Amino acid sequence: MTTLSLGGGRVIPAKYVPVLVTACLFAAMFVVGGIRYDGFASGQVVLNVFIDNAFLLVVAVGMTFVILTGGIDLSVGSVVALSTMISATLMAGPGWPPYLVVPLVLLIGSGLGLVMGYLVHAFDIQPFIVTLAGMFLARGLCYTIGTDSVPIEDPTFTAFAQTRIDLFADLWISPSVLIAAVVVLVAAYVLHYTRLGRAVYATGGSEQSALLMGLPVGRTKIAVYTISGFCSALGGVLLSFYMLSGYGLHAVGMELDAIAAVVIGGTLLTGGTGFLLGTVLGVLVLGLIQTILSFEGTLSSWWTKIFIGLLLFAFILLQRLFSARTRP
Amino acid sequence: MAAMRRLIWPLLILAALLLVNVAFIPGFLSIEVREGHLYGSLIDILRFGAPLILVSLGMTLVIATGGIDLSVGSVVAISGALACLQISQDQGVFIAIVLALGLSVLLGAWNGFLVAGIGIQPIIATLILMVAGRGLAQLITDGQIITVNDPAYKLIGGGYWLTVPFGVLIVLAVLAITAFLTRRLALGLLIESVGGNAEASRLAGIRSRGIIVMVYAFAALCAGVAGLMISSNVSSADGNNAGLWIELDAILAVVIGGTSLAGGRFSLGGTVLGALIIQTLTTTIYSIGVPPETTLLFKALVVAVVCLVQSPAFRDKVFHRRRRPPSARPAEEKVRVTA
Repeated sequence: MTTLSLGGGRVIPAKYVPVLVTACLFAAMFVVGGIRYDGFASGQVVLNVFIDNAFLLVVAVGMTFVILTGGIDLSVGSVVALSTMISATLMAGPGWPPYLVVPLVLLIGSGLGLVMGYLVHAFDIQPFIVTLAGMFLARGLCYTIGTDSVPIEDPTFTAFAQTRIDLFADLWISPSVLIAAVVVLVAAYVLHYTRLGRAVYATGGSEQSALLMGLPVGRTKIAVYTISGFCSALGGVLLSFYMLSGYGLHAVGMELDAIAAVVIGGTLLTGGTGFLLGTVLGVLVLGLIQTILSFEGTLSSWWTKIFIGLLLFAFILLQRLFSARTRP
Repeated sequence: MAAMRRLIWPLLILAALLLVNVAFIPGFLSIEVREGHLYGSLIDILRFGAPLILVSLGMTLVIATGGIDLSVGSVVAISGALACLQISQDQGVFIAIVLALGLSVLLGAWNGFLVAGIGIQPIIATLILMVAGRGLAQLITDGQIITVNDPAYKLIGGGYWLTVPFGVLIVLAVLAITAFLTRRLALGLLIESVGGNAEASRLAGIRSRGIIVMVYAFAALCAGVAGLMISSNVSSADGNNAGLWIELDAILAVVIGGTSLAGGRFSLGGTVLGALIIQTLTTTIYSIGVPPETTLLFKALVVAVVCLVQSPAFRDKVFHRRRRPPSARPAEEKVRVTA
């Protein structure tokens, strides 16, 4: 196994290095923020990053599965928007109860993912193009349902949105964070302790070898896009808790945020290498950038984009350096 | 002959789209000269499609090397923003254009450096500029929409020369130069060989890195010119929305045109057809009275159909065509690369 030796004889497997770097970066950003701004260095700031990005976290988890197989899913942002739109419209118009709406939305998202996965696998069309069509389709469905923002007034949804789960010492989280945490844990279990997880890594590592080993490559590919569709739909439900509205223009460009989070978390876009923990850290880093910019106050919103770009650059460069150094 | 066969599907699709238009709009095919300008629906498709064709041409060469350029939309915004900023500060139009295009080429070279010099995957390398470039464009315009009023600048995207829309002339010029460079000189062969296998090409004595940097710079230059066209057509620069998602349309145009995303071969004619299909589709949607909200649905449908029709696996399954013996495929690939 390739390793990176640090001082003192300790050895860290090279595969953990990108995740460690991201973790260090997050810590460094937090410390710098804490020194620069009053009231920054509190646990609630970190929790707020979770609260404000719970939906992105869920979406990024699905994206991690797809990217681990060497694919890409551009449709996630649109599926998120479609989910908010469908749930808002069904609850506002025919007055469907949430316990019907939410499963239906999750089913639609998974169904879209399933179809895209099938197209990728069965007809050998590039994932980029298939999910691009999926992106157009989902966004188009949103606008077909309605071009205006639809408010959500369902008591269950609003109650869910306003619930605060108190932790110790004045810290609190929203139920969405709990859901996101469960998703992350389940996904981590699937990736590391099940056959599907093995097949995901193997397919991403080398599709040809995975096929020759007798792994169900086709089924795995369809599965990851279905998982990503499901995660996007769930992210959409969480976003509708957060926004309390359904709108066709929600989550525009979220696929880029999700991909950026996965990449910053150290997952290679060629597939086969990466960890879910990295993705979680990637989402946290993206969220913390927003927090720092809001604490800074004077900086305009476009600095967020420039910073994310710079961070992406720094990370990829770092990964290149490490992979070049640890290569035999 | 093989090239013609590859173009047959895009041609059929474009013809079908045009037929739909002919059926729905009386006088769709008529072109007339009014006040010294060419008028007509077909001319409009060319005129409004010009930026997309340009961006797609650049994208074709990038994809031919096995890469992809997600940053062209941001470069479109940056180029338009810089040019309009210069003009609004009373710089000459010429200087503004040179500066904007110079910056575009620089950004493209940066992409090429990341891909060829550092060895980052193209999709990630250009993702950096795609995200940061949007911010950069907004930084240049300070988050505002810069409006300019300069007749010389207006010519690029909205003007006419010898009765033909100036943008169309630019596209024709770029197309002619690109076709000459890649099909009459060895450059096209070199690009295809780098796309086939960059390392093998390097060992064969081709400067792979130089070629890769060049195609990204070219793609960015095309995007820069498209950015000038778009901002000149509306006489303003919008850092946030100019060229938004044009990279996706461009990639789509290239794929519809029969260029494989895997690299190694490309078809300029196919790309132009692909871009025209996308632009005609937009026109068709408006002309047959599809509500604008469902435009994207329609587009998704066409993308799916086009990609399915072009997928050999789909054709095998649906048309029950006899599968080729497995040994035939690699042989065919080999011929294609060396041809």
